[in-house]
Formats: sequence, C-alpha cells, structure tokens
Amino acid sequence: MTIEEIRQILGARYIVGEEWGHREVHSACGSDMMSDVLAFMKDQSVLLTGLCNLQVIRTCEMMDIICVVLVRGKQPDEAMIQMAKEKGITILSTGHRMFSACGMLYEKGLRGGPDYK
Amino acid sequence: MNKDSIVLTYDVPGDDFTRAGEASSNLKSYLKQMGVPPEIVRKVAIAMYEGEINMVIHAGGGEIEVVISPEEINMKLTDHGPGIEDIELAMQAGYSTAPDNIRNLGFGAGMGLPNMKKYTDELKIDSTVGVGTTVTMKVKIQ
Repeated sequence: MTIEEIRQILGARYIVGEEWGHREVHSACGSDMMSDVLAFMKDQSVLLTGLCNLQVIRTCEMMDIICVVLVRGKQPDEAMIQMAKEKGITILSTGHRMFSACGMLYEKGLRGGPDYK
Repeated sequence: MNKDSIVLTYDVPGDDFTRAGEASSNLKSYLKQMGVPPEIVRKVAIAMYEGEINMVIHAGGGEIEVVISPEEINMKLTDHGPGIEDIELAMQAGYSTAPDNIRNLGFGAGMGLPNMKKYTDELKIDSTVGVGTTVTMKVKIQ
C-alpha cells in the first residue's frame, strides 16, 4: 500500500511530504507509547499515533518509519514539521480515532508486524 | 582498542526532553555514511535512543562514548543520577518508575531496558544508588 492510498482511505491530509506519497508501506503500528513502537522492528512502516511531540519523529527516524498518521485531528507544531522534512518522513493528519483508523487500513489489507516476544 | 577504531563522544543535556535523541540521531547518520548494514544501524540507533531517553528522564543527562571498530559497536552511557536500586526488577518488561508527565510524552512504559537488551548482543548495567549508572552495550557488525 502506498502513502497516498493510506491518505485516501483515511480521508487524511498531508502536513509534510506529499512528494513522498508514492512510497510503499509494508506494515503498520498503532500506539501512543513510543517504547512499544521501538519494540517492533520492521522496515518501511507507518505509525498511527495520538501522541504529538518531537519524540514521535525521533522514534520514526530510529525505526526507519516513513510515515506518521496523527489521529483525532492532531496538529504538529513547527519543530515537528521541520524535523520530519529534514528526515524525509511524511506526516498525515486524520480526524478518525485510533481504533477506526487502524481498522480501516486493516480492512484494506495492511497488517501489523509479528507478535512481540 | 583496535587501531582502526573510531571514538565518538556526546554530552546529553538533562533539562530538555525535546532534545533527547540528538546523539542517537547523529550516530545513526554517521553509521549510515560509513556503510554499516541498515539492520545493524537500526539496532544500534534504537538501543542508544532508549538509553539516551532514560538518561534524560531519570538522571539529568550524562555522557555517551561510542567506539566503532570493523567488528562491533560499543556504547557506554554514563550518568550521575540516582542509580537503580533493583536492576533485575528494572529489566522486567512493563516495570517503570517514570512519572506520569513522562508517560504523557510517550515514554515510561517499562520497555526501555528490555528493548536495549533485545537489540544488542551484550548489555551490562553497573549502578550505585546515589552515585549513578553506567550502561554498556555491544552490537556485533558481523
């Protein structure tokens, strides 16, 4: 699934990185706890989160996550936007809640990583 | 130390949570440029980032020394914080002493040390209550 397809499914809008909309995403993770995200190592993922601070972008950077979807209509501040641009990470914002947003992507075939062991 | 080793040092400021991760970010870029395989780079970056976050949350910052040799990457994180009373307990997934304000920032789930163990080949913690903590981690390149 591409980032652009995710945007369409969630009725989301680009905050950063419309030009990277063609990038392929292979798996997804939904969490507000960044250490839970860091426990899951998968290439080319998307992160859905209700957390909206600089450490979200840092976490994506460490994990090579290429796209963040901010749920519940969250808006990033300028520092987040700048860091995402520098690191090449797309930020999308959707009005859907976490559960619904994850469900909509799952329904269209996107899957999470392996179970945590 | 191997003559081909490279040493990098970082000061981690303890008063600014928004800056936590700068050292890990710098190391990650450096390793990428050196041509270290991406999966190794990611393991090192995640382990160091968790360590860096811990230093900021619990210990008021500290110092990090990274030694890169052709065979392995060694990270030594030293702080002068309160120390860890019960290391075995701290290693348990889900155990955390982080305050609520840290949880609201997305950390303090009790996964930091377990993640550091998960992504490294060796993890050693030396801690003295009231003096500080030194965490050493090794990731093998080959």
